[in-house]
Amino acid sequence: MSATLTSALWALGRGTGVVALVLFTSAIVLGILARSGRRVAGLGRFGISDLHRAAALTGAGLVVAHVGSLLFDPYAQLRLVDLALPFLASYRPLWLGLGTLTLDLLVVVTVVSLLRGRLGPRVFRVVHWATHVLWPIAVLHALGSGTDAGSTWFRTLAAVCVGSVIVAVGWRLVPSYGGRGWAREPRRSA
Amino acid sequence: MTTRLHIDWTRCDGHGSCVELLPDQLGVDDFGFPVPRSGQRDPVVPRRAEDAARHAVRNCPVMALRMYDAAS
Amino acid sequence: MTTAPSALARRLLDGAGADHEAHVARYGALPGLRLDDLLAAVADSGLTGRGGGGFPAATKVRAVAQGARRPVVVANGIEGEPLSSKDAVLLNRNPHLVLDGLEVLARALHAKRAILAVGPEIEPGPVTDAARRRPVHLVALAGGFVAGQETALVNGLNGRAPLPRDPFTRVTESGVDDRPTLVLNVETLAQIALVARYGATWFRSAGLPDDPGTSLFTISGSVSRPGVIEAERGARLSDALAPARPVRPAAVLVGGYHGAWVPAPDLGARLTRAELAPYSASVGTGILHVLDTETCPLDLSADVMDYLARQSARQCGPCLNGLPRMASDLHRLAVGVRDPDLPNELERMAALVTGRGACAHPDGSARFVASTLRVFRGHVAAHLEGRCPSARSTRARSVAS
Repeated sequence: MSATLTSALWALGRGTGVVALVLFTSAIVLGILARSGRRVAGLGRFGISDLHRAAALTGAGLVVAHVGSLLFDPYAQLRLVDLALPFLASYRPLWLGLGTLTLDLLVVVTVVSLLRGRLGPRVFRVVHWATHVLWPIAVLHALGSGTDAGSTWFRTLAAVCVGSVIVAVGWRLVPSYGGRGWAREPRRSA
Repeated sequence: MTTRLHIDWTRCDGHGSCVELLPDQLGVDDFGFPVPRSGQRDPVVPRRAEDAARHAVRNCPVMALRMYDAAS
Repeated sequence: MTTAPSALARRLLDGAGADHEAHVARYGALPGLRLDDLLAAVADSGLTGRGGGGFPAATKVRAVAQGARRPVVVANGIEGEPLSSKDAVLLNRNPHLVLDGLEVLARALHAKRAILAVGPEIEPGPVTDAARRRPVHLVALAGGFVAGQETALVNGLNGRAPLPRDPFTRVTESGVDDRPTLVLNVETLAQIALVARYGATWFRSAGLPDDPGTSLFTISGSVSRPGVIEAERGARLSDALAPARPVRPAAVLVGGYHGAWVPAPDLGARLTRAELAPYSASVGTGILHVLDTETCPLDLSADVMDYLARQSARQCGPCLNGLPRMASDLHRLAVGVRDPDLPNELERMAALVTGRGACAHPDGSARFVASTLRVFRGHVAAHLEGRCPSARSTRARSVAS
């Protein structure tokens, strides 16, 4: 493989990884915004839900591109088995292993979400909570194994992502968040 | 054949996407839950609103909606 | 061949308890009918469900018979309504007649299982003894107002919480063990057992042409002799109440907490769909609760509405939120808060919750509220002026709004 192609794949791998992280961060924030039932001007509640879904699916797609380009890049030394089983890689096994975990979780979450019509709302809800585990692992993976991890721009970006999720999750836990903005009795979920 | 929208009340959590997407068919009550404007349990979805209704069914975060064909 | 009970004798309540031999001696052996013959007999008899719905029994049986899998037949003896005890009395006095109905249907439908579901209020004795020698599962489930609702019962039998489910999938299509399920009130089954033996013509020798047979009524409230009686369908309300000896009746709540009031001057009305319709009432499960002239009806209604709100399964937003709102407004009206908007708010909320839940709990509660406001509009007006016409009122009056 030519040197140009390898560096192109390497750049693509890094780029898709970074953008995927931003998209997943947006997905979490948008998901919490959607659950809140608050209207956002011009978008409505349905628009927030649509955006949440779009961000999540696009992020998933980018992860596929991320993994794909690194698989073909000889510099990354990624094998197929590393996509499923974590911590077996030769290059930075720990941080890469976190990426593997992210990918595994992402596959489960995405498949369950797309099949939720068949699986029912209860299964969907339980698995969906796994996104709160998925995201921190993805961040750690990015900080640990990413080539750009040491650079200022990436650290700033990571800080913004982590900060937004902390704020969003914090809001999620505040009592006034509940009831989707209406004064009502809490339901017993079916 | 009439297309109707069925609300599963055991799932509905008053999120409100459906009311936004089907404003002619659904209003909202004091507590944020959808109210069929026609007063029927399962309101009729006219042809022009079918796309919006499908969007609402997909968009409902708790999957409380479904469309079906009824005899009348 | 034994003779059928005569038209005016007690068809249901003179049972033999758990003694099967005495039961067969009294009623005759239970015939094994093919499905077509049984369906024809039940359809011709005009029997309607005695569990509150009042729909033709044959319709439900036919629906289950069309299922692909072998069905499950369930006798509903849960009786979650506190004012009703007809099912408990019937099961105590005549369990074998109920089990006959279950058995003849299970055989005709080639059912996979036959279940008698009872609540915690049912005394174990005669029911458990009788069920022991019959091909039926006796299942005791938790009670509660909505626990006897058809889909809640099916959920309970499937091992889930006994709460109603979305009615989109009918239990006649998929219910217990995902099989087509026939749920019938225990009294309906007892009536079917009689029809199977003596035929539709005999059944129609009591009652009215469009509402034939007899049915059980639970009489409570301001009466000297409360309890369960059997009367012909279409009897006058006053005639049905007579054996219980009402004391100073002001109105009668027909149909229980999901029913409606019939005021004292109108007690000559017949217990038929047509004559009860002007009051938005129907026979339902046969509850007749007498209100006396001294108790404030708004006091009582506020307490009833409180109970109904607490009995919500808490799954559906409109019911969970709307019923406590109505209870609170009724309470304010009862204590004498002089807010002229209260009646309108109550009617608005009653209309709002109707039809917006998985079961009929909000609908029935709304019916009760609307009826209270209508029949006792004089009381409502008085309360809004700061007085109460009733001698006995547990709450303070003349509270400034």
